[in-house]
Amino acid sequence: MISVSHLTKFYGPRKAIDDLSFEVQKGEIVGFLGPNGAGKSTTMKILTGFMPATDGKAVVAGHDVFEDPISVKRNVGYLPETPPVYTEMKVKDYLEFTGKLHQVPTTSLSKSVKNAIERTSLGDVQNRLIGNLSKGYRQRVGLAQALLHNPKVLILDEPTVGLDPKQIIEIRELIKSLGGDHTVILSSHILPEVTAICQRIIVLARGKIAAEDSLEGLTMRMKKGLIYSMEVKKPSSEGVDAIRKIPGISGVSSNGSKLLVEMTAGSRDVRDQVVEMAVNRGMGVLEFSPEKVSLEEIFLQLTTEENHSAAAHAGGM
Amino acid sequence: MFRNIWTIAQRDFRSYFTSPIAYVVIGAFMSIVGFMFFFNLDHYVRQMAFSAMGNKGVSVTDGIVRPFYGNMNVILLFIAPMITMRLFSEEKKMHTIELLMTSPLTLTEIIVGKFCSAMLLVGVMLLVTSIYPIVLFSAFTPDYGPIVCSYVGTFLLAGCYMAVGLFLSSMTENQVVAAASTFGVGLMFWIISWAASAAGPFWSGLLTNLSLIGRFNNFGQGLLNSADIFFYLSYIFVGLFLTHRVMDSYRWR
Repeated sequence: MISVSHLTKFYGPRKAIDDLSFEVQKGEIVGFLGPNGAGKSTTMKILTGFMPATDGKAVVAGHDVFEDPISVKRNVGYLPETPPVYTEMKVKDYLEFTGKLHQVPTTSLSKSVKNAIERTSLGDVQNRLIGNLSKGYRQRVGLAQALLHNPKVLILDEPTVGLDPKQIIEIRELIKSLGGDHTVILSSHILPEVTAICQRIIVLARGKIAAEDSLEGLTMRMKKGLIYSMEVKKPSSEGVDAIRKIPGISGVSSNGSKLLVEMTAGSRDVRDQVVEMAVNRGMGVLEFSPEKVSLEEIFLQLTTEENHSAAAHAGGM
Repeated sequence: MFRNIWTIAQRDFRSYFTSPIAYVVIGAFMSIVGFMFFFNLDHYVRQMAFSAMGNKGVSVTDGIVRPFYGNMNVILLFIAPMITMRLFSEEKKMHTIELLMTSPLTLTEIIVGKFCSAMLLVGVMLLVTSIYPIVLFSAFTPDYGPIVCSYVGTFLLAGCYMAVGLFLSSMTENQVVAAASTFGVGLMFWIISWAASAAGPFWSGLLTNLSLIGRFNNFGQGLLNSADIFFYLSYIFVGLFLTHRVMDSYRWR
């Protein structure tokens, strides 16, 4: 559905994206993940036909973005970083206008508008001026606008920014439900969001693809072993050394009363021995819990090349 | 094509009325034009009384119609920046330009649509001023030719202001900058013929021909000259073309 090859974009002398190539299949939900300035928005703007690339080729819904932008635009619903709403218009009028922009036939326009309002739960505010709505509602109006003409491809630039937690959950569910019928690309720097919605993640850093995989794949790739966090009452270096000597433990680091215990992947379960040892050495175990390698860490490791030790959560491991 | 242009024109035209702009612009325009018409008429009636005492009279066309529409053009010069300043500036500032430029519309359709919305507002304003010719016809027997031609000329001249304004609005996201520069450029093209007397023969001819107001005199006399109409239309075309170039390059940045 989307095919990008060797896409490059310069802003003056600055390279915003650098030789980007990837594919997105029909019905897939793909997340762009990356720090600010990684090239997420730029890539999206090129895919929507808003902005031409300096070099490379992008095909969306079977049409070349540079040669036939109008056909691409017809098949794409786009929610930019800032919801493109007219503050002096009422929600319903605005959606009717965007429907007309996308050449929704007059006969089905009011039905499409109603449908979009329902899906984004804007029913309560449909006759209010957009200027009087909160950021969260404006964001939803922007999303309704992108969905309205039932496009094959949805490109959503940070779709849940400014929403409250309840709304975030609703919008996530909505986006998830769009997968299958629609192909969705969304960008985010909120990592749990990408985890919650996307089937595949493309990590961008400095305009290049740092990693491209499913969440499980990414986690597997980064996970060297299982890490457990243990909070103790009286940390002692002697106790730490004793734990380190248990077979199957590949490293222990202490940070005040918090110990991080790393176990060798695939070895037998030695959690009970660790706790027992800590108790025997009189450290007083308060808490013992698995320390999941979070997407944040994966993300930092992938995007921070020069300073790995700062990215990994403890240098001693 | 026309449907797309109409979609844009309709929205922009409506938004003039959902914001105070249309009311302020039409209100200001009508009060000043009304004021001018009243004193034009008053002056003319005095002259008539004077000529009844044996002096040479002045026709309604020369005494009222021509000065009235000439003045109306000056007022339009002041009003035009307020009509055009937001057309692209606001879209850029509010990021709604991204909506327009990612919908399946060509840039030409967007620009022509916006131009049409401004011209529709001008049309409404001129329509309201038709009350004054009606007043004239009820009291005198003026030539209808100069009046009709004055409307055609005024509409075209206003089109030139709108094209300039649209172009300058596409250059900035600051509405005040757009308005001020539109006024400046519009006024410059009005008075450019002043420089003609100081310039050499070649430049003199060129500058006189570039002047916006110089072309209007024929319309006021009831002459529909194809050269004048073509001049105004090409002026509008250049304005819209430059807008197209600016908006096209905007995407590249």
